[in-house]
Amino acid sequence: MKISKRSIFCAFLAAGLCWAGMASADDHFYTATDPSWKSECGSCHIAYPPQLLPGSSWRALMSGLDKHFGSDASLDPQTAAGISAFLEKNAGRDRSFSRTPALRITETRWFVHEHDEVPDRAWKNPQVKSASNCTACHVDGDKGDFDEHNIRIPK
Amino acid sequence: MRVFPMLQAVTAAIALFVTGFASAETPADFLRTFEASAKQDTAGFAGFSTQRGEAFFKSAHGREWSCAACHTQNPMAAGKHAKTNKPIAPLAPAANAERFAKPDKVEKWFKRNCNDVLGRACTPLEKGDVLSYLMSLGK
Repeated sequence: MKISKRSIFCAFLAAGLCWAGMASADDHFYTATDPSWKSECGSCHIAYPPQLLPGSSWRALMSGLDKHFGSDASLDPQTAAGISAFLEKNAGRDRSFSRTPALRITETRWFVHEHDEVPDRAWKNPQVKSASNCTACHVDGDKGDFDEHNIRIPK
Repeated sequence: MRVFPMLQAVTAAIALFVTGFASAETPADFLRTFEASAKQDTAGFAGFSTQRGEAFFKSAHGREWSCAACHTQNPMAAGKHAKTNKPIAPLAPAANAERFAKPDKVEKWFKRNCNDVLGRACTPLEKGDVLSYLMSLGK
């Protein structure tokens, strides 16, 4: 049996693509960006990556910005529409079986599972203050880097 | 033929520069706008007060937060968000030239923050008092 150079190349290519696919699912590195999303969503907290919630959640969240977790975060309709489109286009898949969309990233089953090894005292640390404060531990979270090798839990 | 895209780009850049320039304002411009509204809105309006502005800024108004809850008691210094801990650049124009420079931004943040602190919109008198206080700092 003769193995052509071409078939070896194809095998390597397939393996490479497979590896790349796995890497992107496990790396927790989010690259989608948009200037309005970055500046508007990023003014009171980091601009949370759209992949962290499904489209239904972003829709619900963006329709109630005037009552945004106890704060008025209202935007002019034009800016809000642009950001909504970006969020929904890059949204994560819906992993919950609930009919009402989750509004808090920290309440998704995915978030709870990913953080189940974080000790209680870390959440209570005043430097962390809130589970919404991603960059307290994910030091480059504001750049979309949530890689598990790039975490520093404050002492 | 390649001149056209270049020409368009230059025209667009000039247009952007001119409109950007036109929409920029100074803290004094905002103060004048608030003054004109206060004259209409407040009976017996006799000018803004730095002291009133400071007291307004530093105290709570029947709700959890004051302006100072995030901007701190010293608006010349950086603050941080009372809930998320995110750093907030100084609010006083003398410490931060980006403050009170863009009408859209000023309007957006007064709307949001007055709702959070007071549960209603701020009056032109309140806005003018606070801005007078902020402008008095660092002088």
